[in-house]
Amino acid sequence: MTITPSAIELKQIARRFVTPTGHVLSALEDFDLTIAPGEFCAIVGPTGCGKSTTLGLVAGLARPQAGAVTLFDAPVNGVDRRVGFVFQQDAVFPWRNVLGNVMAGPLFRGVAKDKAEAQARDWIVRVGLKGFEDHHPHQLSGGMRKRVALAQTFINNPQVLLMDEPFSALDVQTRELMQEELLQLWAQAKSAVLFVTHDLDEAILLADRVAVLTTRPARVKSVHTIDLPRPRDVATLRYDERFIAIARKINDDLREEVLRARAGH
Amino acid sequence: MTEISIPPETAVADARLETLVERLRRRARLVLALRLAVLVFLVGGWELGVRTGLIDPFFFGQPSGIVVKLIDWFSNGTSIGPLWKQIWVTIYEAGAGFLIGAVAGILCGITLGRNQLLSDVFSIYIKVANSIPRVVLGSIFIVALGLGAASKIALAVVMVFFVVFANAFQGVREADKNLIANARILGASNWQMTRAVVIPSALSWILASLHVSFGFALVGAIVGEFLGAREGMGLLIATAQGSFDSNGVFAAMIVIAVVALVAEWILTMIEDRLLTWRPETTVNE
Ligand SMILES: Nc1ncnc2c1ncn2[C@@H]1O[C@H](COP(=O)(O)OP(=O)(O)OP(=O)(O)O)[C@@H](O)[C@H]1O
Ligand SMILES: [Mg+2]
Repeated sequence: MTITPSAIELKQIARRFVTPTGHVLSALEDFDLTIAPGEFCAIVGPTGCGKSTTLGLVAGLARPQAGAVTLFDAPVNGVDRRVGFVFQQDAVFPWRNVLGNVMAGPLFRGVAKDKAEAQARDWIVRVGLKGFEDHHPHQLSGGMRKRVALAQTFINNPQVLLMDEPFSALDVQTRELMQEELLQLWAQAKSAVLFVTHDLDEAILLADRVAVLTTRPARVKSVHTIDLPRPRDVATLRYDERFIAIARKINDDLREEVLRARAGH
Repeated sequence: MTEISIPPETAVADARLETLVERLRRRARLVLALRLAVLVFLVGGWELGVRTGLIDPFFFGQPSGIVVKLIDWFSNGTSIGPLWKQIWVTIYEAGAGFLIGAVAGILCGITLGRNQLLSDVFSIYIKVANSIPRVVLGSIFIVALGLGAASKIALAVVMVFFVVFANAFQGVREADKNLIANARILGASNWQMTRAVVIPSALSWILASLHVSFGFALVGAIVGEFLGAREGMGLLIATAQGSFDSNGVFAAMIVIAVVALVAEWILTMIEDRLLTWRPETTVNE
């Protein structure tokens, strides 16, 4: 297509697992996707199709059996420092308080302790957790833990941000709040974002492009460009006519796949 | 109506809260009273059984006789020397064995658990070693290391090591894969990973094993003394057994139980201090 540089590129990827019964399970086959620097790309697809697997490959936590994953045109070899990952499951350290959790990244990366602490306190304020620095994760609500995870990720200033259904466990109001925060943070950080979600509205609200995946083995079925103007108002945009038109189009695409996934099982 | 009803309502709520607190307190008292009743019933029944001739004190001892024995030991010393000396010797052997076994177990468990190949190879041997009755090794240690403290410490080490090792190993293997992935993404090196994720998540496994294994260390030390020694609680029991003194056996048992309970209490305090991050419900129970 174009010769602009890419932040993330997945080319002809295949990722297969050996199941406990000895069969080969193909999660991704012939998977192609390119994300430009600073672009916000959402991925939707039927459950179990291979979305988390895709993020794991980009993060360097696993290797593909075929094809190439590149970050900024260099092949991925293990975990890359420029990548941030907000996991689908809770992954904050339960034995560290909020401050310790947010500080973890800079400390691991060799930043001096007082500097890391100053940065962490700054990020704790920015995600709205001021006053909870000394709380442990079990003393926080699910939404607050997600904010800790966000601060923990953003403090490392990732150029590539991977997010796996980060808001799926939250109630509607908290989710809207977090989506707005995310858009603000992204506008400042200008990182490339790969955002997995089950919620089509969320994908359209946030992303520049939405990629719809097929059932397993997953390929990119279609990519939809969302040309809604920014900044977007998370609370009201979903009632906009253009939004509804886009949603209808993508929904048809997605429904087809979900139905096929059902029929296949 | 509304104006007047507000103060009584809060008063009602207060009263309700009070009755709740009162009820909880009453229940706690009831439990304590029942526990005491059970103790009195058992010990009293035992004593009564002896006095009425239903239980033969020659074989089964007698509570009042045990108390007399304890007082005698504390004030006049035992047949093998002062009681404090015997207690101290056993605590020393069990404590030294416990420390060595626990430290070695933790180090080996974490090292092996962190290495996929080593752990795949050795996991089978750990299972085997764990299922062998290790007390049997006591005889070998007495032969090899003599009648002094070294053979008892060695037996206590063996008793403790495998339990702690197996738990540390398992704790490392069970460390949450998500947390490990997260730490790697955040930039942790292998050593940082071990310190920041693996050890903390294995810690509750390790501490749980320490609880059990102090008891095992005591068993190791006492069995070792039983098999051959010049001093210690095990020898005291063996001596009492040799002179058909069942009250002496029971008295020694009570002393050992007190030692074990105190150790348990200390370990619980350490555990609470190390695991403050856990939800309170598990700590306060
Ligand atoms: N380690 C593994 N071993 C075997 N199979 C795996 C493994 N990880 C994932 N899979 C399989 O790969 C497929 C894709 O999994 P993945 O977690 O990527 O799905 P997903 O699209 O993220 O689903 P969801 O939307 O429910 O989170 C699933 O069928 C899953 O069973
Ligand atoms: Mg997933």
